[in-house]
Amino acid sequence: MTLTPRATATLVTVAYLISASCFIIGLKRLSSPRTAVKGNLIGAVGMLLAVLATLVQTGVGSLGLILAGLAIGSVIGALLALKIEMTAMPQMVALLNGFGGAASALVASAELFKILPHGTNASAFVTVPIILGALIGWVTFTGSLIAFAKLQEIMTTAPITYPGQNIFNMILSAVTLVLAVLIVRDPTRVSYFWILSALSAVLGVLAVIPIGGADMPVVIALLNSYSGLAACATGFAINNNALIISGSLVGASGVILTAIMCKAMNRSLANVLFSAFGSAPEEGTAAAAGATGTVKGYDAEDVAIVFDAAQTVIIVPGYGMAVAQAQHAVRELADLLKERGTTVMYAIHPVAGRMPGHMNVLLAEANVPYEELLDLDQVNPHFPEADVALVVGANDITNPAARTEKSSPIYGMPILDVDKARTIVVLKRSMRPGFAGVDNPLYTLPQTMMFFGDAKASLMKLIQELKELGS
Amino acid sequence: MTLETFLAAFTVFTLAVFIGFEVISKVPPTLHTPLMSGSNAISGITIVGALVACSEVHAGKITVWLGFFALILATINVVGGFLVTDRMLKMFVKKPRGAGAAGRTEKGE
Repeated sequence: MTLTPRATATLVTVAYLISASCFIIGLKRLSSPRTAVKGNLIGAVGMLLAVLATLVQTGVGSLGLILAGLAIGSVIGALLALKIEMTAMPQMVALLNGFGGAASALVASAELFKILPHGTNASAFVTVPIILGALIGWVTFTGSLIAFAKLQEIMTTAPITYPGQNIFNMILSAVTLVLAVLIVRDPTRVSYFWILSALSAVLGVLAVIPIGGADMPVVIALLNSYSGLAACATGFAINNNALIISGSLVGASGVILTAIMCKAMNRSLANVLFSAFGSAPEEGTAAAAGATGTVKGYDAEDVAIVFDAAQTVIIVPGYGMAVAQAQHAVRELADLLKERGTTVMYAIHPVAGRMPGHMNVLLAEANVPYEELLDLDQVNPHFPEADVALVVGANDITNPAARTEKSSPIYGMPILDVDKARTIVVLKRSMRPGFAGVDNPLYTLPQTMMFFGDAKASLMKLIQELKELGS
Repeated sequence: MTLETFLAAFTVFTLAVFIGFEVISKVPPTLHTPLMSGSNAISGITIVGALVACSEVHAGKITVWLGFFALILATINVVGGFLVTDRMLKMFVKKPRGAGAAGRTEKGE
């Protein structure tokens, strides 16, 4: 069957419209866990349709190359998706973000080479989106790779800072801007375009290195938004509505998540991006301030007795639960407690872990029903009536200093009110302060029981003791 | 691209941003990670641009090769993104096992 070029173009445009609708319906179905699986599937069908329609349009000119590209990408993508541990999900998302950004940058670059024969006559409506696509795309790519390296702990999770950092970054951005203007005025200056691409890649690295580990939820959300914007800019460059619509949806999603994360830390986006929060100097002052009070360590038997008598237990997971892979042990303990008639709730702080929703995914993996996971606002009224608050590898999000200590770097951050529970059991590897470098006065409260050790091993011991008490 | 086509594209962009905010602000916090990986897969739509670039044989080798590398990366993004999202979302609907699961069925939410 052969179609006229006009008919093909119409067909493709309609197919893109259907794909875009699929994406919107798919995202809409993410509003409930029960409809979400199908929503994701609808999105995937939309994508498949867009790819097939494009293949109809492009014909079979370089079919071999296209099939090779699709095959290589599919194998790598599938392997990554099926092998990855749930605890490593933040890294995975960072990596995928980066690939998306790089792909958009490459497509934008390819478009530049396509319009080069038109020379200096190329419209700014084309060149500006090309430059934006490359710029945002490369920033997303290298920024995501740095985020990946930090999350994977290939490089230090602490902020990397040097004197004049912000000024240096500003100068680099200004140089990039000047280059962009020069390219718009004469798109045939290809060498300028390569320099601009390289500078964008450098900017991506420099933007993410001063951001510390616990601020990663914000960075990942922001990079997510960038990958959408890069696709969007590239969409303008090649005048493709499918890219523009999908890119804006993703951009909006990233912006919303970024805003939620910043609000949950009571900090502005600028503060997260430029203040190198949690770097060395703050750690020094905090260590000096928190030297009062004594920390009491307990063993599994002591802790089990407290749980034995408890009517209501609130579990507060943090990044430490992910590190220790303790989510299954947590659920096991919760099951045991429920069998004994104890009420169990989970308190999920929006920035617990390393990405938005990190704790929810881990607990879902361990088969914890999502109805038991409560938000900050939902759960805080329950702490005063809780017999035990069990803190599993969470630190700053439980620090009462955020409420009272005006000098504390985390002052004003909304926290989980674990200190209001009758007894607080803290599972922790050591007395190392949390990410913000602030000592946690929670640990020296008289009603706090510190249970040192690997969270998973501690939970298993606790379960064992509790079973013995029960029999 | 002329001013007219730009404005048409910009109209689409503006409306899509509004739809994005409207739809995504309804996603509950518990699904924020799958939202990120899922929307990530959607941003892999740039695969369409990669396919086009890849087949622009007359535009020269550079365009084709840039398109080819873009195609590989975008495909990883799309396939990896949708698959990993599917894996995660399925965990949310798994039946809770063991005792204590009764009475927590489909009410509310």
